[in-house]
Amino acid sequence: MRNVLEWLETAAQACPGKLAVADESSRLTFAELEAKARAIGSALSGRVHAGEAVALYAEKSADILAAMLGTAYAGGFYSLIDTRQPKVRVEAILAALSPAAVITDAAHAETAAEMLADTGYEALMLEDLAACPVDDGALAAARASAIDTDPLYCNFTSGSTGTPKGVLVSHRSVIDFIPVFCSTLGIGADDVIANQAPFDFDVSVKDIYSMLCARASMHIIPREYFSTPTKLMDYLCDRGATTLIWAVSAMCFVSIMNGFGYRLPEKVSKVMFSGEVMPPKQLRIWQKWLPDATYVNLYGPTEITCNCTYYVIDREYANDEVIPMGKPFANERVFLLDEDGALVTEPGEQGEICVSGTALGLGYLGDAERTAASFCQNPLNRRWLEPIYRTGDLGRLDEDGNLVYVSRKDHQIKHMGHRIELGDIEAAAMGVDGVERTCCLYDSRRKKLRLFYVGSIEKDALAESLHALLPSFMVPNAIRQIDAMPLTKNGKIDRNALANLK
Amino acid sequence: MDMTLEEFIELLQDIKEDVDFENCTTLIDDHVLDSFDILSTISALNEEFDISIPAAEIVPENFNSAAALYAMVERLLDEE
Repeated sequence: MRNVLEWLETAAQACPGKLAVADESSRLTFAELEAKARAIGSALSGRVHAGEAVALYAEKSADILAAMLGTAYAGGFYSLIDTRQPKVRVEAILAALSPAAVITDAAHAETAAEMLADTGYEALMLEDLAACPVDDGALAAARASAIDTDPLYCNFTSGSTGTPKGVLVSHRSVIDFIPVFCSTLGIGADDVIANQAPFDFDVSVKDIYSMLCARASMHIIPREYFSTPTKLMDYLCDRGATTLIWAVSAMCFVSIMNGFGYRLPEKVSKVMFSGEVMPPKQLRIWQKWLPDATYVNLYGPTEITCNCTYYVIDREYANDEVIPMGKPFANERVFLLDEDGALVTEPGEQGEICVSGTALGLGYLGDAERTAASFCQNPLNRRWLEPIYRTGDLGRLDEDGNLVYVSRKDHQIKHMGHRIELGDIEAAAMGVDGVERTCCLYDSRRKKLRLFYVGSIEKDALAESLHALLPSFMVPNAIRQIDAMPLTKNGKIDRNALANLK
Repeated sequence: MDMTLEEFIELLQDIKEDVDFENCTTLIDDHVLDSFDILSTISALNEEFDISIPAAEIVPENFNSAAALYAMVERLLDEE
């Protein structure tokens, strides 16, 4: 197998009439999804060449999934653009992608036009592309020239210098990971996957490709249901969801909002979560209401394709206990390196979590320097080429050899399920007139981003500027003007002193 | 409840700064509060008033303004 589309094609042959994907208002069987993706792929094939990007500016939907797969049919790679981002951010992403085409749908056509106004791009309408006739010859030619290490998608995350960072992942990584994921965690054709993650997050890669690989069905949950628990619980129950592969914050939403007291999604049998440390108190609420479900803690950054370790939870955890991240998935090597590049083997000793295998992404789009810093030769191997990804996460092993998360090596944080470089926020603030120096801290207990700055600009004016520069989840929850940055004796900003400012 | 609406607004401002809780009546409809803010608000209210807000109460009508939130908390306290 060398292209993810082979899953779609064999599923469309084996079970054409089975539901593949549904959103709030539409549904596509495997045959319909294939037909739509082929039509879109045909329409794109004249514009998009192998290895070129297609940007999709829309909310997630069944049709957008067809456009993602249509991009793969044309030989390109797709990148979903979060529609809630400010214009400057969208422009930065488009500059990095330099896409051969930008696609939007009827619901987003107006905002897409505003966003693209100064970029020279004009969005193609998804509905028009889907109505194009299938060009078998063009699709066959694109497939024949494709190889499995070609990129499939690019997901953008926060970058420390203020420019979003695009992580590129190949067909090969997805082809190698997803079947292992499905068989290890028992996802099969009877499963109904309730998709929580936006399609620009790699958590959704597991939903989408597990659906295609295992011939399961996927129901896309509208984003706004995560503000109204009754709608969310009704959706999970009415759609017969069995499998949740969610961000930790989404799970906490259900437990904190008393979702189970309203309605219990009794068919849910598999609950997998990742992205942040799961608070045991919230997990216990899930375990109380759905005691027969299997709960799995997943770990891994986008750069290594979804997840590299998993831990099947076999008991309740107390508030002060840490749920392990477990052991590597088959065909992935996960290990700890100390500061000198030596292997850490002693339980309890800390090291940086490193990963090797075909799950490694293709690096950061258009950024060789950053790629070389994170994707490097395994220092333990001096005999052949063995790239590893250095996650920047510090971990340790417990007595049973399970990986346990400790902290970040740098100033990257997880806030509301998003990976954020605090430097990204600082860079945005530094770009505002009247700001001389900034430092952004994360209060993990209260889950607040706090920005301190030195400069002449008023706090409210700075807040307003930041709203125009950053996605809402990156705008600091509190901004404070100070006379001078406290410094350590080495002349660096003293983050501890800032954190303790009254 | 032994808290005035003014004090209640101060409590909300502690959760999210830079929001005009006094005048805004479209906190949800205009996405002034996102999913995470709603979560923080519920956690804070649960803790402050020792209540447990049922899922069915977490609807835009109850969260669109400080006054609506205040009324909801008052009602939940009365029902106990």
